[in-house]
Amino acid sequence: MGQGMALQFKHLHMNGIVKQFPGVLACDHVDFDVQAGEIHALLGENGAGKSTLMKILYGLYRHDEGEILLNDEPLNASSPTDTIARGVGMIHQHFMLVPSLTVVENIALGLREEPADASFISRLRSRSVLDLGRIRKKLVELSETYNLRVNPDSPIWQLSVGEQQRVEILRALYKGSELLILDEPTAVLTPQEVDDLFLILRQMADDGRGLIFISHKLHEVINLTHRITVLRDGCRVGSIATQDATKEILAEMMVGRPVVFQYDQDAAKRGPVRLSMQNVESVSDRGTPGLSGVSMEVHAGEIVGVAGVSGNGQKELAEVIAGLRVATAGSVTALDKDITNAEPAKIKSLGISYIPEERMVDGIIKDFSVAENYILRDCTTQHYAANGLFMRFNKIKDACEEAIRAYAIKTPHTSTKIKSLSGGNIQKLVLARELSSDPQIIIASQPTRGVDIGAIEYIHHRLLEERDNGKAILLISEDLDEVLLLADRILVIYEGQFVGEVDRDDVVIEEIGKMMAGSAQHEMA
Amino acid sequence: MLDEIFTASVFAATIRLATPYLFAALGEMYAQRSGLLNLGVDGIMLVGSFAGFYQVYQGGSLLEGVIAAMFVGALMGLAMAFISVTLKAEQGISGIGLYLFGLGMSELLFQSLLGTPRTVSGFPDIYIPGLSDIQFLGIGQIFFQHNLLVYVAFALVPISAFILNKTPFGLNIRAVGQMPAAADAMGVSVSRVRYITSTIGGAMAGLAGASLSIALIGAYQQNLTSGMGFIAVALVYFGAWRPYGVMAGALLFSFVNALQLQINVIGFDIPTEFTVMAPPIITILALVITSKSKEKPTELTKPFERGT
Repeated sequence: MGQGMALQFKHLHMNGIVKQFPGVLACDHVDFDVQAGEIHALLGENGAGKSTLMKILYGLYRHDEGEILLNDEPLNASSPTDTIARGVGMIHQHFMLVPSLTVVENIALGLREEPADASFISRLRSRSVLDLGRIRKKLVELSETYNLRVNPDSPIWQLSVGEQQRVEILRALYKGSELLILDEPTAVLTPQEVDDLFLILRQMADDGRGLIFISHKLHEVINLTHRITVLRDGCRVGSIATQDATKEILAEMMVGRPVVFQYDQDAAKRGPVRLSMQNVESVSDRGTPGLSGVSMEVHAGEIVGVAGVSGNGQKELAEVIAGLRVATAGSVTALDKDITNAEPAKIKSLGISYIPEERMVDGIIKDFSVAENYILRDCTTQHYAANGLFMRFNKIKDACEEAIRAYAIKTPHTSTKIKSLSGGNIQKLVLARELSSDPQIIIASQPTRGVDIGAIEYIHHRLLEERDNGKAILLISEDLDEVLLLADRILVIYEGQFVGEVDRDDVVIEEIGKMMAGSAQHEMA
Repeated sequence: MLDEIFTASVFAATIRLATPYLFAALGEMYAQRSGLLNLGVDGIMLVGSFAGFYQVYQGGSLLEGVIAAMFVGALMGLAMAFISVTLKAEQGISGIGLYLFGLGMSELLFQSLLGTPRTVSGFPDIYIPGLSDIQFLGIGQIFFQHNLLVYVAFALVPISAFILNKTPFGLNIRAVGQMPAAADAMGVSVSRVRYITSTIGGAMAGLAGASLSIALIGAYQQNLTSGMGFIAVALVYFGAWRPYGVMAGALLFSFVNALQLQINVIGFDIPTEFTVMAPPIITILALVITSKSKEKPTELTKPFERGT
């Protein structure tokens, strides 16, 4: 295959890179290199310095020390313009696409088209008028070469997440990227889409490009790459050839201690129905149908997992139960009471806890202290406030300190602003708060997204513990591995409907993947 | 009675009165599409209208008057960019500050240099040969008997649409207003684009002021604009950030203005307060309708910082 043209890229070396942010040493003398034809994984927990290192390479940040050599020549980039010109491309985790612009327009953004000839008129023309026709033509050729199908004239907001990613890759190819940085590219894809992506990435490597694959999903890294470099706390722990790597070795490199991947869990002891939904419908933020007739039950003592690709109604599902979104039809029943469209405060007081998906927005108040965030939902109770009016600071501090101990939350003090804590520690505090009231039903939405492995392990153990204590748990997660690991029963959501239910013991991953992509929908209907 | 109100001269006045709205709102549209809300348009218009007027009053040519107005406008637009892009100050408040500065500065200059309202002979009407004689439906009188700035203002509508939709610069503006991080990652300087649009917006607001003082009215008095700049800001919303939408809004407002004048002329007794109230009411209705526009610069008023 290939493009029939020789690529310039031979190798990249980053030597002794240091980057200091206020209060944090994000990169501490990191060495990193990529060869042509190689897929090199950069592995590490959140805050390990992967993204910072790559942003330095791409020219978004400036490093304090060290050197970057591209084909043995220094790459002294002050902005992405310089690095793009040298053939470096980046696929960002949060897509860098403008929603109202079409695919072609997004590719044209920041593009310096070569003038047709050297005359003044054509130079002026190429700088002052967009030649979208020419861009479209080249784009279609590229998308055929690499089997990256997408309609060049669709505005981005109409495309699925997988299609948007294809646009990102096409754009990098269009700009002649020979060294490609992929920042967690699989986070939003279905298993099938991941397989397709890997085919494309392998083809790009075979053509002689260099690929840097940033991820924290160990099996993907082992599956795809040739070499793996692990970062921890801003330092390079080491590099190993992928053929010598196992999950256990990699996880230990990342965390600094052995990590358990399978929990020994007893079979669920199912009790009575705690939470049920009947034909619930709701509207999404975009005004489109969010849930279209959802029915389900969660029993005491079980974890029901909701699997699905991002944006298929997970958010709406959790919010309708928590009373944060209006159900336009159907009913929600919890603990034998009708809670359809009840006030959130009433729902909470019934014994339903909600761990929100966007913890930085819905779970905490960033500029409040750890203690203030801990008592947010109970701040008017007699325990924390005398007559509901005057805060009992000592009791608040004691309770918060106890939670910090019990949940092993790393924070300097209870009065520290919560935004300075790591994602994992913030999530543990949210969990501590939500479980402190001894709820009967727990709605956990993406409970470990953006959380480091150590904290993930802890949060998983807590959820399993709650299950064994007879709580009803609804686990909504876009991380299929997490659902498979914890759930006793798996519901697959697609376009606001449950398209399949699978028992823990009957799981076939390919089947679930198909359902997540919507192809099993007809069988269900 | 209706034929007394809806005369050709009312429609001609509609076209004429739309000029300052068009200049100011088209300029503000550039700024808003790139994510900058400049509430100080009225202040810039005031200073611009004074600068243009004073240049002509001192014996300068009309062209020099226009240049003077656009120059001070551009300076104030640049100041707005410095405050909101470089210093990352809150745009709503700094825009109001800019307005108050313009109001006070124009007042001060007026008191110290003119003292009392004065007149100059402004841009003369240009009758387009052939077209201005068309009698059918009064087309000649309505469209082709205006001063130069009127033609320029309307010509800027398709030109702006072309710039926004067909040029790399326009693409950069739209990208910066909706997703500056994406533009930045593609090597487009967010700050530079916002500086340019703010300066363009300022220059056009200055021109809008001049179109009042040395074309439409040919006179200067205190607070000449009486809030037209604020209407212009609203018109950008009204037009859903599109040049032709902005033009439709400008025409609607100037039509209401022209009607109000005509109704007074024929001595019909409608309290003028009603016509003064009409614009804000129409604006609010339009805002409700356009709030879901896909063209909306979602990053409006938000300073851009890398790496969040």
